[in-house]
This record gives sequence, C-alpha cells and structure tokens, in this order.
Amino acid sequence: MALFSLARSHKAARVLPGFNITLGFTLTYLSLIVLIPLSALVFKTFTLTWPQFWEAVTGPRVMASYKLTFGASLIAALVNVVFGLLVAWVLVRYNFFGKKVVDALVDLPFALPTAVAGISLTALLAGNGWVGQYLEPWGIQLAFNPNGVVIALIFIGLPFVVRTVQPVLEDAEKELEEAATCLGATRWQTFSRVIFPSIAPALLTGFAMAFARAIGEYGSVIFIAGNMPMVSEITPLIIIGKLEQYDYAGATAVAVVMLVISFVLLLVINALQAWQRRHTGAPA
Amino acid sequence: MSTTLNPSLRRAQAGTTEPAWVRYSLIGVALTFMFFFLVLPLAAVFTEALRKGFDAYWVALQEPDAWSAIYLTFVTALIAVPLNLVFGVAAAWAIAKYEFTGKAFLTTLVDLPFSVSPVVAGLIYVLMFGAQGWFGPWLQAHDIKIVFAVPGIVLATVFVTFPFIARELIPLMQAQGNDEEQAAIVLGATGWQTFWYVTLPNIKWGLIYGVILCNARAMGEFGAVSVVSGHIRGQTNTMPLHVEILYNEYQSVAAFAVASLLALLALVTLAIKSVVEWRHARELKATAELPQEMPSA
Repeated sequence: MALFSLARSHKAARVLPGFNITLGFTLTYLSLIVLIPLSALVFKTFTLTWPQFWEAVTGPRVMASYKLTFGASLIAALVNVVFGLLVAWVLVRYNFFGKKVVDALVDLPFALPTAVAGISLTALLAGNGWVGQYLEPWGIQLAFNPNGVVIALIFIGLPFVVRTVQPVLEDAEKELEEAATCLGATRWQTFSRVIFPSIAPALLTGFAMAFARAIGEYGSVIFIAGNMPMVSEITPLIIIGKLEQYDYAGATAVAVVMLVISFVLLLVINALQAWQRRHTGAPA
Repeated sequence: MSTTLNPSLRRAQAGTTEPAWVRYSLIGVALTFMFFFLVLPLAAVFTEALRKGFDAYWVALQEPDAWSAIYLTFVTALIAVPLNLVFGVAAAWAIAKYEFTGKAFLTTLVDLPFSVSPVVAGLIYVLMFGAQGWFGPWLQAHDIKIVFAVPGIVLATVFVTFPFIARELIPLMQAQGNDEEQAAIVLGATGWQTFWYVTLPNIKWGLIYGVILCNARAMGEFGAVSVVSGHIRGQTNTMPLHVEILYNEYQSVAAFAVASLLALLALVTLAIKSVVEWRHARELKATAELPQEMPSA
C-alpha cells in the first residue's frame, strides 16, 4: 500500500500512460501467486511451539541433511567457479571448431528438465554405466552416495558461472592488458593482477547463484543420491518425507529454514550484482 | 619484410594472449569437462531410450499413460506461459518506464521464486489448498480439487516460472529508455498504440527469449509439481513425473523414451535460443553501423 501512495506523489511528471494499471496488476499477481502462499508457510509454523519447531529443524536426520546439502552445494559451486571461468575464458578468448555449438550447449542444464538430467547421470555413473564401469574396478563409486549429489549439482550450476562471467570478459578492455605488458608484466601477472580483479565480482555472483540454486535442487539429485537417511538425504527430500507422513507442521518448519536461507542468499546476490555494476561502471 | 616483422608482431600479440600450448590445453580441458558433464548425459538419454531398438522405443511412447502425461504437460505450459507473459510485460513496463519508491524491493520480490526451492514452492500450495490448508474445508465443501489435481500443477508451475519473462524484459526496457514512447505519445498515439507499434518491436527478441526459457522450465518442472500432483497415473502426471514413475518401476527403456522427448524439447529450446541471440546481435550490429542522423548532445 505504501508503494501506491508514495508512487502517486510522482504522478504529475509522468508522460507515459499505464502506470497504475501495470503496477496494480503486477502487485496483485505477485501477491496472489507468491506473497500470500509464502505467508501461509510462515503462519503454519506459528502452530508449532518454539521447542517443537526447534526439534523439527534440528533433529539428527535433518542436521545430517543440512550438512550434505550445504557441503555438496559448496563443493559443486567451487568446482563450477573453476571450470565455469575456464569455459567462459575459452569461449571469449579463443577460436576453435564448433565454438558456437559449444556456446549453445552451455545452457543445456537450464533447458534440460532436472528429472531427465537425474536419471541420465545415474545411468552414466552406476556400476554398469558408460563411465561407472571404468571407475568401479578402481573402487570409485560416484552414484548412490554423496559424490553423486555433488556431480548432479555441478551439472545444474555450470551455466550460472559461465553466463555471468562471459559478458564481463567480452567487455574487458584489451588496452589494459597491453598496458600491463608494456610495463613489463608477464602474462600470468597480467591475468592475476589485471584481468582477474575485473572479473572477480562476476565470478562471485556466479558462485552465489550456483550455490543458491544447488541448495534448493531436488529433481536431479534424488535419482543419483541413493537417499540413505543420515548419509545421502538432501534437505528438500526431508520435507517430502515429512509430507508423506502427513507431518505438515514439521515439513513447514524445515521449509521455513530453507526459505530464510534462500532469501538471505537472494539479498547477497543482489548486493553482489550492485557491486558488480559499480565495478564495471555500467548504469544500475 | 614479413620475416623481420614477425617477431615483433608476435611479441605484441604475446601481451594479450597466451602461448599456443597454453591455449590448446585450456581449450582441451574445457571441452573435456563439457564432454563429460553435458554431452555424455545428453547422449545417454537417447542411447538408453533406444537400447532395445526402435520398436521398443515406439511401443513405450504409444502407451496411453505416456500420452496423457504429454497432454497434461502441454496444457500446463499453455496456461502458465501466457499468464507469466502478461505479468512479465506489465511488470517490466511498470518497473522500467517509471520511477517510484520501493522499486528495487519490488524487483527483488519478482526474483524471489527463482531462489525458493521447488519443493518449498509445491508445499506452499498444499498449505493453502490442501485438506489441512487455509481454504481446504471450503474447497471440500464445494467439491473443488486444487491440490493433487490439475489446478495445483498449473499453480506450482506458474510459481516456478514466475520471473522468467519479467527478468528478460526489465533490463532490456531499462536500457532502451522512454524517448521513443514519449515521442509517440506526443505525436498523438494512444498508450496501447505506443506499446504495440513502438515498444513491442523493440523488445520482441527479449520477449521470445523469455517465453522459450519459461516454456522449457514449465514443461520440465519436477520438484514443485511432484509435491502437488499426487502422482495419479493418467490423470495428474506430467512428463517428468511419468519419467520418475517408470524409472522407479525399473522400466528403464520406457522412462528414457519419455525422457528423450523432454531432451528433444531442450535441444529445440537451445536451437531457438541461439537463433534468437544471433539475429538480435545482427540487428544490433546493423543499427550500430547506420550513420547517425544527428550528433547526440
């Protein structure tokens, strides 16, 4: 409501029509689809007393799932930072056969339904799969344990890092690198002292986005994880498990914890993006 | 002549690129990584689907349950995408064309569904419309089913695809500014004419881009839909849910056959997306090469 009344004070200066109707529709639709349903989540938790809530969100099985979800998401996002930067660098700086196809393929994890990615990665990494059969003799198991969770999350998060770093690398000024070379820097020094600082904010944003996405991911993980309690059970699966036992309040309590975390991450990502815009001097 | 120039030229280039062996090994590592993480999973979908030959593949796709899943998936996308299209255009118009207090906060809220776990997205509608939920008793009294029925699936899909189109359009419309629209209004166009003849042609590529990505997610959503669907075969199963059921019943060929349709959808999405990007880049280049009509102030 405050939005409306404050908005009106500017009204005299507006030339373009349609402000009230578009903002009104936006706020109504946002409230109906997102805000009211999310508030249902918060209100439902109030049916629990504080000790009940605490017990629901800190049970041993739930704690193990946080550890797995955050640990695997962190590892996957770090791997994506390294390889995402590498892929973005190769796509921007070098020419090679099939580059356009490779560039288009980077978005595959955005376009491929997560369930399909899940069963396909499982088929590859299971003991009799294309990749799994070569790893099994070495005693390496990548499916049906926490390793599988990490692999699925790497798949899901890759485009976030590539697509945030790529445009920044494209816009980077070659003159700076030339200046660095003229001043006697080696290529590695130029990269670490000139190029890297300019892409660091984008890299950090990509990391945060991949991490945030990984924490909530469900579809691709449940097929490959094996879903053993205390070992390879992710937090979203805990919510599903509680729902299947009709423990709505318990499911809601864990969901609120996840919601708060994702909201904090969203704010962090927004702050990072603002920093990045200031850093590159682009308009906000 | 060229032999004397070459060393200095090479030294000049050495400042802004790497030695050949570094270049080739970086390309090699990047392509190997992409081969294992992107190409192999994609190839595995099709080979697993065709493991028992084309006939088995064909039989799996002709099952009535598979067809009803395909049908429901299309219906869901056909409702969710236009709804979010209208919202995306309206939100982008309000946010990009005007200044008002709370704009940054509103933009954050529009992005919110992206960072909510799909499972939580499904749960909130169960809490609203489920038997134990806010509207549960009223809905039961009037014999309306939302959760564990098609409306719930549509709602959950709308939620997870909520920001896609708005997100594409807001930065695009902000970058384009208001000048052209203001000129149209001053020349006597109505608001609707201004949108239709001035704004829409300017944002069409971004719009198509957003719609394609929104559609891909709408058809492929798993987590949120799985919570609200109830998994009733032939009735509330979308294609991703049908894949899960078949897979858990060890009907591997059938599961991958349905999955291969979704993978095809992903490939078509990527193809259209790339074409849109290339055409957009070409148009930008063409306008950049036009002679300026007036020196800008």
